[in-house]
Amino acid sequence: MVLLALLAVVLLAAPLFADRYVVSVLTTVLWFAYVGQAWNVMMGFSGLLSLGHALYVGLGAYASAALFVHFGIGPWLGIWVAMLAATLAGCFIGFLGFRFGVRGVHFALLTIAFAEVARIGFDHLQWFGGSGGFFIPVAGDAGNDLLNLRGSPTLFYYVILALVVGALALSRRLLHSRLGYQWLAVREEPEAAEAVGVDLFRARITAVAVSSALTALGGVFQAFYFNNLFPEQVFSMGRSIEIILPAIVGGIGTLIGPILGAFILTPLGELLTFLIEVSGLDLPGLKQLFYGVALVVIVVYRPDGVWPWLARRLGLVRQPGEDA
Amino acid sequence: MAALLEVDNLSKRFRGLKAVSNVSFAVPEGKIVALIGPNGAGKTTTFNLIAGVFPPDEGRVRLKGEAITGLKPNRVCAAGIGRTFQIVKPFGQLSVEENVIVGALARDPSVEAARRHARAVLERLGLADQAARPARSLTLPDRKRLEVARALATRPTLLLLDEVLAGLRPTEVDRMVEVLRDLNRREGLTILMIEHVMRAVMALSDQVVVLDHGEKIADGSPAEVVADPRVVESYLGAEDL
Repeated sequence: MVLLALLAVVLLAAPLFADRYVVSVLTTVLWFAYVGQAWNVMMGFSGLLSLGHALYVGLGAYASAALFVHFGIGPWLGIWVAMLAATLAGCFIGFLGFRFGVRGVHFALLTIAFAEVARIGFDHLQWFGGSGGFFIPVAGDAGNDLLNLRGSPTLFYYVILALVVGALALSRRLLHSRLGYQWLAVREEPEAAEAVGVDLFRARITAVAVSSALTALGGVFQAFYFNNLFPEQVFSMGRSIEIILPAIVGGIGTLIGPILGAFILTPLGELLTFLIEVSGLDLPGLKQLFYGVALVVIVVYRPDGVWPWLARRLGLVRQPGEDA
Repeated sequence: MAALLEVDNLSKRFRGLKAVSNVSFAVPEGKIVALIGPNGAGKTTTFNLIAGVFPPDEGRVRLKGEAITGLKPNRVCAAGIGRTFQIVKPFGQLSVEENVIVGALARDPSVEAARRHARAVLERLGLADQAARPARSLTLPDRKRLEVARALATRPTLLLLDEVLAGLRPTEVDRMVEVLRDLNRREGLTILMIEHVMRAVMALSDQVVVLDHGEKIADGSPAEVVADPRVVESYLGAEDL
């Protein structure tokens, strides 16, 4: 608790003493911490493996960006449309999967398929800029405007920090609710959960709805932070994998895991880029190789993720399904 | 006395193999009924048909006079039937208490109320001192008890027990028998149990239904059933009573 408070203070004060580069890295860290938590609601809490979360990021990003560019409607309204679009897509995939008994790896394939369809689809939707990309006009440093999400990197930093804290609070609350217990039961033993009165379809579809809606907010942030969207990047398989890595490294199903994982992975990536630059080596793919090795090391030695191990080392009592 | 559960001409085929064939019996309210028979007799299939794991090909199931045939397991639970699994299915990563809370949430909308109820149930089954342990770390006898606790927490009017005594040592069997008898006598809980431990069947049950090759071959008081030549031949033959 003390550590968490300390971390919160450091993160709140960071823009005061850190330079632009550090703030941008922290923003990336927090973005992955956020979407990692969103993904965790499905996989970590309910045992539903989604390998296509880029779909919800992309739908959220494109929905809010299109409203802004075409109609001048800011993210204050855009977030709702974004969440609605992603939730509808998520529920449709969930409906297909759960109604027709598509489970486990096959369900994961279904989620990939839909992300791929979206990637190819958006390549051809000229209203969304097509494969040439979709651009949000950059306002310059005309002051901070929270409602329209236009402003300095510091504004974006605080927005994503608030999202991370919000997602953490929501996850914690959900996990301690009736629904949360039912999710965990469905994750552990669906048949036994059903025998004690849990409606499997409803439990699973709500997990998908919550997860996809939260992820869409990450998409809105991404659209307005970077001001450009390309289907090849936004909906890519690689992006979906990047989203899930922090949770896997930090600890699937734990509250802190996705956040810790993001704080490990993103700086590690930055460090590798830096080292490769300094060393003067110019071998394409070297960074990815190191990154891969680092991941293998973590997954081999801490298969449950870093957080459960760290929590024990720090002497925090470990409650199953609920860390911190 | 009115029958709480009525099973009427239940049949189920698996790829042409008749697992359960025209089975009918009734479980009177407040009684303990044992379902016995050799391996492969269709006992667990009958349970699964009652609990809604799969629908029967033919036949009907009624609880308190209401049709529950073909309902999904969660609806069957809501109707008032709690069940255990022969191969125990604990929520492994959750604590013992959390396992039972999930059961209690079937009736209690609030987690706090469910927790209180779960604690009372754990106390009753002698699992209170294990409440904080992860369910996967329990010994087999305790897992069996956890199965019963989780099912009980749903506040069933009928409890289906699938071999909860198998694999327990004699002292543990006696303890569980005591708990079940107590639940039946003091709270009027009706129990339908699949059981191989004949000592417990004789001690507990008011009525015994015997299945063999998916068909009912006997139905009566424990004394009548063990004297039935067909039962002795098909099932009890070598058994020590």
